[in-house]
Amino acid sequence: MFRLEARSSTPAWFNLALPLLAIGAALVLCSGLIALAGAGVLEAYGVMLSASFGDSYAITETLVRAAPMIFTGLAVAVAFRAKFWNIGAEGQLLAGAVASCFVGAIPMPGALAILSMALAGAAAGAAVALVPATLRVKFKVDDVVSSLLLNSVIYYALMALIEGPWKDSFSGYPISPPIEDSANFPVLLEGTRLHLGVIAALIAAPLIWFLIVRTTLGFRIRVTGESPEAARYGGIHVERVLISTALLSGALAGLAGVGEVGGVHFQVMSDISPGYGYSGIVVAMLARLNPLGVVPAAIFLAAVMTGAEAMSRATGVPAFLSDVIQGTALLAMLVALLFTAYRIRRVGAAL
Amino acid sequence: MSAVFEQIFQVGFLAAIIRIATPLAFATLGEMFSERAGVLNLGIEGIMLLCAMTGFTAASLSGSLWLGVLAAVLTGMAMSALHALFTVALGLSQHVCGIGVTLFSSGLAYFLYRLTFGQQSVPPSIKGFQTVPIPLLSDIPVLGSAVFNQFALVYLAIIAIPLAAFVLYRTPWGLSVRMVGENPRAADSAGVSVIATRFQAVILGGALMGLAGAFLTMAQFNAFTFGVVSGRGWVAIALVVFGRWDPWRSAGAALLFAFVDALQLRMQASGLGHIPYETFLMLPFIFTIVAMAVMSRNAVAPSALLKPFRREER
Repeated sequence: MFRLEARSSTPAWFNLALPLLAIGAALVLCSGLIALAGAGVLEAYGVMLSASFGDSYAITETLVRAAPMIFTGLAVAVAFRAKFWNIGAEGQLLAGAVASCFVGAIPMPGALAILSMALAGAAAGAAVALVPATLRVKFKVDDVVSSLLLNSVIYYALMALIEGPWKDSFSGYPISPPIEDSANFPVLLEGTRLHLGVIAALIAAPLIWFLIVRTTLGFRIRVTGESPEAARYGGIHVERVLISTALLSGALAGLAGVGEVGGVHFQVMSDISPGYGYSGIVVAMLARLNPLGVVPAAIFLAAVMTGAEAMSRATGVPAFLSDVIQGTALLAMLVALLFTAYRIRRVGAAL
Repeated sequence: MSAVFEQIFQVGFLAAIIRIATPLAFATLGEMFSERAGVLNLGIEGIMLLCAMTGFTAASLSGSLWLGVLAAVLTGMAMSALHALFTVALGLSQHVCGIGVTLFSSGLAYFLYRLTFGQQSVPPSIKGFQTVPIPLLSDIPVLGSAVFNQFALVYLAIIAIPLAAFVLYRTPWGLSVRMVGENPRAADSAGVSVIATRFQAVILGGALMGLAGAFLTMAQFNAFTFGVVSGRGWVAIALVVFGRWDPWRSAGAALLFAFVDALQLRMQASGLGHIPYETFLMLPFIFTIVAMAVMSRNAVAPSALLKPFRREER
């Protein structure tokens, strides 16, 4: 018989080994599906790898896709640290995209336009996240359920906008009018889509890390998450911390939407996010809620997404494989996390 | 405005409410059993989607609708067993595992569907369940044709509600479920296996989620499309809270939600001005959030909900 035994401490190398182990397990498990689709496993993964990291253009495409997931991953990591179960990053991202699209359509000089888009998007995301936090603090409504339901509300609100007032009366397509050219994020590398928002995401990660690890607010967030009773005993206003966490988390998710509008699509459409908000949960868990770990985790998922499309074209394996890999990686990571708290010990007579 | 009211209170409207309520009632009862045993199953959205897919695929390949239903139910049981493995046996976070199960199941559903049917401009459809009038009862004016001239799965849902209440409140197993959800330590000392009971309740819940998924692709839409579940699983979780973890109240909550949803459909159809129809699609979700805020004051969740049980630990 085997039995789980509590560990007194976690070895440091686990932080690196566990996510890699989880990713490896997910790739191995999903190779069964590739074989089921009648393609060569190594060939399929080879195509994915070269399509996501093969040349400098592929690398920039992967980074462009990683940017929104860095933001949503940070949003989830911050929220989960306080045990504010924000599953609503998807809706907050969409709200950020819509708000920044509104502002981006106003003629303004470039720098001012980009700054106001970021502020509007962050504010919109924060406003959406405030709803589940307020409902939890004031009415004891479960934040998981309310943030999930809000995703649908925001999605339909976006759809109503692009099917209604925003609808392109000329072509009849359900898309918003484009933002001003001056509001388009500058491209950092000629011939690629690497835009300012990617750098913003890469800078946001260490900033949020600093905030969580080194500031008073970060300390309050962590203590509230670990033990609300202890936090209260220590004089921390738990409700206020939850609200602040929600505002911060929602603002980060909103910025993910700003980057997609300003740097990639320059307008809003129904499929502006292929589920980046939900991917943020996978990213945050793979990163063990560490803001610095969010960057490599987001880059990994982005590589899987970019690679899956190329793999689908080359081998005919449906690109939905990337969704399965994400789900499997999350589940594998949860199992891996078990080993940080427990070790497996043989008990009873050895066979 | 009176024209709108006239449209609303018709036989067709009542029948529509019942059809919308059926998958929600299955899903809500399923989630309720799981939560009553102390396990939040956030995998429900993905589980319903995967069940809708496997049910549709099995029915379309075999030509038998009931084989499809069986496939959906077995899928629901398997996926919820996976959730139980993570949350009950390993004691991992129910929130995050549930999201993991949803992501995994949705991805798998789309992947396998595309693998089986390829990419087609018009999704393949099947001849789904037909309405079966119940003799005598279906002759009752208004109520008869709305309630007793329905799909077999609707009757199954109507039977499932009292049956769920009986199982939960009147059988020894139901007592065990409530005990492991309220006070697992006491249940354990009374000789009830907490782990086994939780597994059973979660898997039973999964079977009901399977019926919910099967209804969507085999009675309501007769095809599998990517938005076929579109948040119904999340709504079911809210309805459990709204229904205060009770079978009767949960089913009532499903009916109430279905009423708002059917109303929304009618408002769309009546074409109120130039309002885009997505505006109406928001209504049931907003209604659910508001209803939860109103009801949650006196809602008492099973006290061991979200708490893993490990015998060696205190």
